[in-house]
Amino acid sequence: MKILVCITHVPDTTSKINFKDNNTKFDPTGVQFIIGPYDDYALARAIEIKESTPGTTVTVLNVGLAETEPTIRKALAIGADDAIRVNADPTDSFFVASQIAEQAKAGGYELILMGRESIDYNSGVVHSIVGEMLGIPSVSPVMKLELSGNTAKLAREIEGGKEYLEVSLPFVAGCQEPIAEWKIPNMRGIMSARTKPLKVVEPKSVNSGVATQKYELPKPKGSVKMISADNVKELVNLLKNEAKVL
Amino acid sequence: MPNHNGSAETVKKSMKQDRFEHPDFYAIDDLLTEEHKLIRSSIRDFVKREISPNIEDWAQRAHFPFEIVKKFGDIGAFGPTIPTEYGGGGLDYISYGLIMQEIERGDSGMRSTASVQGSLVMYPIYKFGSEEQRKKYLPKLASGEWLGCFGLTEPDHGSNPGGMVTNFKDMGDHYLLNGAKMWISNSPKAQVAVVWAKHEQGRIHGLIVERGMAGFSTPETHGKWSLRASTTGELVFDNVKVPKENLLPGKNGLGAPLMCLDSARYGIAWGAIGAAMDCYDSARRYAMERIQFDKPIGSFQLVQKKLAEMLTEITKAQLVNWRLGVLMNEGKGTTQQISMAKRNSVQVALEIAREARQIHGGMGITGEYPIMRHMMNLESVVTYEGTHDIHLLILGNHITGIPAFI
Repeated sequence: MKILVCITHVPDTTSKINFKDNNTKFDPTGVQFIIGPYDDYALARAIEIKESTPGTTVTVLNVGLAETEPTIRKALAIGADDAIRVNADPTDSFFVASQIAEQAKAGGYELILMGRESIDYNSGVVHSIVGEMLGIPSVSPVMKLELSGNTAKLAREIEGGKEYLEVSLPFVAGCQEPIAEWKIPNMRGIMSARTKPLKVVEPKSVNSGVATQKYELPKPKGSVKMISADNVKELVNLLKNEAKVL
Repeated sequence: MPNHNGSAETVKKSMKQDRFEHPDFYAIDDLLTEEHKLIRSSIRDFVKREISPNIEDWAQRAHFPFEIVKKFGDIGAFGPTIPTEYGGGGLDYISYGLIMQEIERGDSGMRSTASVQGSLVMYPIYKFGSEEQRKKYLPKLASGEWLGCFGLTEPDHGSNPGGMVTNFKDMGDHYLLNGAKMWISNSPKAQVAVVWAKHEQGRIHGLIVERGMAGFSTPETHGKWSLRASTTGELVFDNVKVPKENLLPGKNGLGAPLMCLDSARYGIAWGAIGAAMDCYDSARRYAMERIQFDKPIGSFQLVQKKLAEMLTEITKAQLVNWRLGVLMNEGKGTTQQISMAKRNSVQVALEIAREARQIHGGMGITGEYPIMRHMMNLESVVTYEGTHDIHLLILGNHITGIPAFI
């Protein structure tokens, strides 16, 4: 079986976010980048399937510029067999999904896994767009994925509960915990990742019609205001007039 | 959003979340390769997942978690510089240093377990062993299937190992080994011991002794106030018949075990700074969170002085370690350079642990924070693998050409 795992290269969850060029670009100075945590779950599940299903290969795909290669090497160190980097700045979801669909078509993958969303722009729609573009089902957020022949049993998080469904291969899944436990690369994996193939391909031209105007940081969180438990009036007043949530 | 530090929801409850980040004031990370950084982050994630949540409990109970041996093997912490054909990592000395730094950041006792296995057991078998010995022992030691230990120090011969009395006689078809070794990390659980003993002519040789050989026992040392999560014991040889093929053929004389110690001491130079970084990181966070006189204690000059001095010493030691690693990679690192780095790192770490303990106030003496554990551990680290004073004399000898050991 051929599995494609799409990974994002995103700022570590503890990073301080800054912008540059008059707030039109993200400033990566001093930022530590990681594999998107949800993508990391997808990758971990793919490696588990590979380990339990002989003949399975896992290809990692990233849409990104050259600086994402250490992140891709980590995915190879964790156990993916090879990697593709689409040499482009991942500007928006439609653009990224188009690149993934293009590569997925060419590679003939039976399972396309990725995180439920990236943790930088968090759009959470790439899996659905890829599914549409390829004309195959897409399911998200998938918390459990068990393969049995040509079908997969999935558990999906829905409002107030879980949905259990069966899907035929091929399909796209946006994954989240607890689909698998994150894998830590071992030293042997890191060594072998040195020589695993990492193919760089140029992006296909896409007009997604999306342009970024500017970025803004959310307002800093205010300090906590303590209100006496018997002063409901004051609480309502503050929620109405200060927090403006009522 | 999940907290992406590798610990996730699956770990057992820790007393405190391990939020460690290493200081890098001089952008020393720029001197590392992407692979070095991946090695460091992987071992850090491993420590946060496997060691941090449990270490206080293990140390408090003086419990050696034997299951960590297999886990160290799986992650590749044993013999990182040993070639891959023997199960090692095939990595360079900077990688080895970073691995030791990260493990000791978790705990010196855990690092001791890994150091002994890699530098004191696998290294001599690789360096001085026959091809058969390498093939027989190294893969099992690398994978953590077997734990190993190293027997040099004796009850009456610590800083003077050349005075050892443990000896073996050639009995024709085997050697007969007698004597005792003391302060041996890993010994109570070890399957394999690399033992240094004198033959009839007084020359020191290395022998591989295996658990189960008649007359060989490994009593445990109890009551340690240091390295409590690591197991320590003796090696007792009472007419142990050692097969002749278990003699390390490649090198003899005191220089052989001292070469092993160079490799281990190099790892300690990095490891002790890991412990120092953990103390600094914890003190820095605590100083910003702890409020006294309506302000974080980090706003007081005396606390800032402590933190500034800690960062200064860590940064200096990071540079020394990195440079030493480059020299080791080039095959140019000397015993004296290693002595300086080991001695400096451990002293710096001990001082930082003491200052960090003060910043933590009363909390610093509890198992809620790692400080006191590091401090007690470092009292062993400053003594083993060449005491603080012996390293000074190694340097004194180098400077003057005059040995002052006796």
